[in-house]
Amino acid sequence: MFQMKILLFCLLAFTNFTYSQNCSLNISGQVIDLHDNSPLFGAVVQIESLNKAVYTDDQGFYKIKNICEGKLEIKVSHTSCETKYKTINLKSNEEINFKLEHHLEELNEVLLKGKLYDADLNSSISNQIKTKELEKYSNSSLGDALKSISGVSSLNTGNSVVKPIIQGLHSSRVLVINDNVRLQDQQWGVDHAPNVDINSAANITVIKGASALKHGGDAVGGTIVIEPVKAPVKDTLMGKTILTGATNGRGGTLSSSLIKAYSSGFNFRIQGSLKRLGDLKSPNYQLTNTGQRENNISFGIGLNKIDYGIDFNYKLTNSEIGILRASHIGNSRDLVNAINRQTPSFVDDFSHDINNPKQEVTHQIFKLNTFKKLKNIGEVSLQYSFQNNDRFEFDVRRGDREDKAAMDMNLKTHTVLSQLEWTTLENFDSDFGIELNTQTNFPNPETGVRRLIPDYEMNSAGIFATTNYSLNERWQIDAGMRFDFSRIDAQKYYKTSSWQELNYDELFPEFEVEIDGSQILTNPTFDYHNVSGTLGATHTFKDNWKLISNISSASRAPNPSELFSDGLHHSLASIELGDLQLKSEQSLKAGVELKGKIDDFGFNIQPYYNYINDFIVLEPNGIESTIRGVFPVYNYRQTNARLVGIDVSASYQYQNFDILSNFAYVNGEDIEREEALINMPPFNMSNTITYRESEWNNFYVSLNSQFIAKQNRFPDNNFTAEIIDTNTGEFEEVLVDISTPPNAYHLLNFSSGMDFKMQNTDFNINLKINNLFNTNYRNYLNRQRYYADEIGTNIMLQLKVNY
Amino acid sequence: MKTIKLLSLSLIAAMFLNSCSDDDDAPAPIVEQEVITTVDIQLEDVNNSDNTATFVYQDADGDGQVDMISEDNLSPNTTYSGTISFLNELENPAEDITEEILEEAEEHQVFYIPNNDLDLTTTYNDVDNDGNPIGVSFTLTTGDASEGVMTVILIHEGDKFAEGASEGVLTEAVGGETDIEVTFDVNIVE
Repeated sequence: MFQMKILLFCLLAFTNFTYSQNCSLNISGQVIDLHDNSPLFGAVVQIESLNKAVYTDDQGFYKIKNICEGKLEIKVSHTSCETKYKTINLKSNEEINFKLEHHLEELNEVLLKGKLYDADLNSSISNQIKTKELEKYSNSSLGDALKSISGVSSLNTGNSVVKPIIQGLHSSRVLVINDNVRLQDQQWGVDHAPNVDINSAANITVIKGASALKHGGDAVGGTIVIEPVKAPVKDTLMGKTILTGATNGRGGTLSSSLIKAYSSGFNFRIQGSLKRLGDLKSPNYQLTNTGQRENNISFGIGLNKIDYGIDFNYKLTNSEIGILRASHIGNSRDLVNAINRQTPSFVDDFSHDINNPKQEVTHQIFKLNTFKKLKNIGEVSLQYSFQNNDRFEFDVRRGDREDKAAMDMNLKTHTVLSQLEWTTLENFDSDFGIELNTQTNFPNPETGVRRLIPDYEMNSAGIFATTNYSLNERWQIDAGMRFDFSRIDAQKYYKTSSWQELNYDELFPEFEVEIDGSQILTNPTFDYHNVSGTLGATHTFKDNWKLISNISSASRAPNPSELFSDGLHHSLASIELGDLQLKSEQSLKAGVELKGKIDDFGFNIQPYYNYINDFIVLEPNGIESTIRGVFPVYNYRQTNARLVGIDVSASYQYQNFDILSNFAYVNGEDIEREEALINMPPFNMSNTITYRESEWNNFYVSLNSQFIAKQNRFPDNNFTAEIIDTNTGEFEEVLVDISTPPNAYHLLNFSSGMDFKMQNTDFNINLKINNLFNTNYRNYLNRQRYYADEIGTNIMLQLKVNY
Repeated sequence: MKTIKLLSLSLIAAMFLNSCSDDDDAPAPIVEQEVITTVDIQLEDVNNSDNTATFVYQDADGDGQVDMISEDNLSPNTTYSGTISFLNELENPAEDITEEILEEAEEHQVFYIPNNDLDLTTTYNDVDNDGNPIGVSFTLTTGDASEGVMTVILIHEGDKFAEGASEGVLTEAVGGETDIEVTFDVNIVE
């Protein structure tokens, strides 16, 4: 500030005055941020030819007095902004407003401070991961990165399929929004990882609750919002490349992105990544067939003018994921053997090959987005997106069927989202929108395996309105409502015997179409009406502490798997049956967040209570004896559930050291049965100590300790089955213990890195060692915990180049 | 600007055309190809071709529910030559899965496990390319009159070199996954 004053003084001191014309004219106006219209304080408005310069005040206003008539060039500059010039022919007093564009680095932060995803403006309880942190996960998955947030865990299938769990809930209860498009990628499946290239994200926000109504009303658990890098409005070419190598899996990831932008607002963006990993290794043995391949690419082209813009974007993610060979089993006897033997039944030497069982998924998103700012109204935007999801699952099969997928599904989703951000009313910031959706699922009959999910068409429409009211400097109130209608129209073959056994011939005779051999073709059609809402308030205390309280209600229609699934799951040797009689589940969640700072100590506390009416649970309900042996049969049941928990994070800074602690606890209860809910994350705590020395090229070294307790609250889903003792030939009642969670464990992770510069190019090198002591453990939230240990030490070396 | 518009329009058009190509007709029924609906064991007295026995387990519609398990009587102290066949009767004509099993003989083995009450033993009559038994063809020798159950298990991708496996002893070390597991009531009577 002092320097600024000197500068200003010097500039003014050299001001010359000429008296030949009318020299008492004034130019005044406001300098604001192009992206969120916030006033820019301290911008320099200069008329260089006259040696005149002024600074904008804290409302962004400026005034230059006593200027003569004539042609002038005005220069407006601001730290971290692109300098702007404007030539005018001054004849009278003028009011000129300027909009400045931030540089790329700040831009993503600025955009976030915009309206949509910032907890500062809305009462949603949320956490965010920024680019720098995300880059460390270049070789991992979305789910792994999100786990660094307190209150976010993951439900894994092996190490490669990682589904985020937000405050105890996952899959259909968590929405994933990638670049303003809601992912429709068969997300109901617990072993279906979200199809997102983590390398395409500039930042990720986790909203814990249903307060992001714009993206859907069914976020019983929460919403994950992924935002890509935005192109700046200036002439530039920028990009980065990250190369990561990993010892565990003997492979790595190469990721690169490039943005070409023009000051006219025109821009091109391209980004891609490649990942190759072979079999992973647990401390004691190779995890055969756990390799992974990913090929991802995205590109975009856009025009971003201040008042309007149009943008096209295409994203492709393609992944091939090996499923632990030993986890593919035949029946309950195999499961008992697997649990008893403690080591996988298939252990081969390391290989980069991916054999059956495996998944191959390709997801494509086409998006066209346009917006226009309307004077005195706000901003209207219209977005069309098309998603094409191809999922192949290959099983261990006999003969030449090995190459034929056992599951082959295509899901197409078209979505139109139109929205109006209305800012006319003072202190009100409102959003109105309508979303139309049409979706078709096509399971390919060529598989030779009965369809797990049938052909269906789903049409849905949603309308929403949200508003945010600034009562005064300290209080903000926000509210929103959303209504969704959806109709699912399916065509499904049931086995005639099961159709009758489920009593559907009496409950739903209207769905019967025709009998074809031992199967019956049916046409189940259901309508769902869902209402969701949010209400909250934010209070900022004098010392900048903040108290956010929020109540939200989400309503979720049963997903296709819950309605229709019908078949054998080899991963747990279970038969899973959907239920046509399921209703929507409705949640009511209350959350509070208190965050603040006392000197060098910062904290963030988020307690919550989530009550869910008609919560859909899947549980074993009987044993079926077949030609392949015995299986438990899983059915869906609706109950009332309650989740209560707390997420805490705290940080402390002392000289060059900083300490970061996170812990989370959730307690889930099935109220009707008075028993625990399944797959609730156990108490977990993460502590990190980091030493930084910015003078040594931003050197840092960091040690992270992770403690995961044993989950002591779990439903007893154990079942007894008559299982043969293959030595005696006698059948015995055997208790199949699929419920007892594994023991607590503690892991240490190490990381270190520094920046360096060569010929004007910024490099960054990072070393990361996960599971430093090669600890042997199993994870309650891994569906393959019955078969194998988790992975051992993994050393990763990462090189990043910015250009 | 114009090019962008054209480009995006043509893309949208392409996508709609693509998405509309699926017709609205009823989906094709799927005849399950891999299901084994029937296990059929044929036994013949090596010294008397008129003395035969048959054990069949059938789930004809492949819905998992057993439709028929046959039981039969065996003569005491008799040697039978036996064959087992696996059928998919959802196909018409029924598909003989046994052929597929023989083609992948190194990956398959049938185990015959009588319980303690039942006095009989089995030995293998066939070998795969590794010299390990397959179990499609076997010899069954009865002892004294007795009554009990025999379980037949077909293991896919087990370790056929595991200890005891070649003698028909199924241990945890064999591993693999169970493709078939059926149990028959067997009576050995005079």
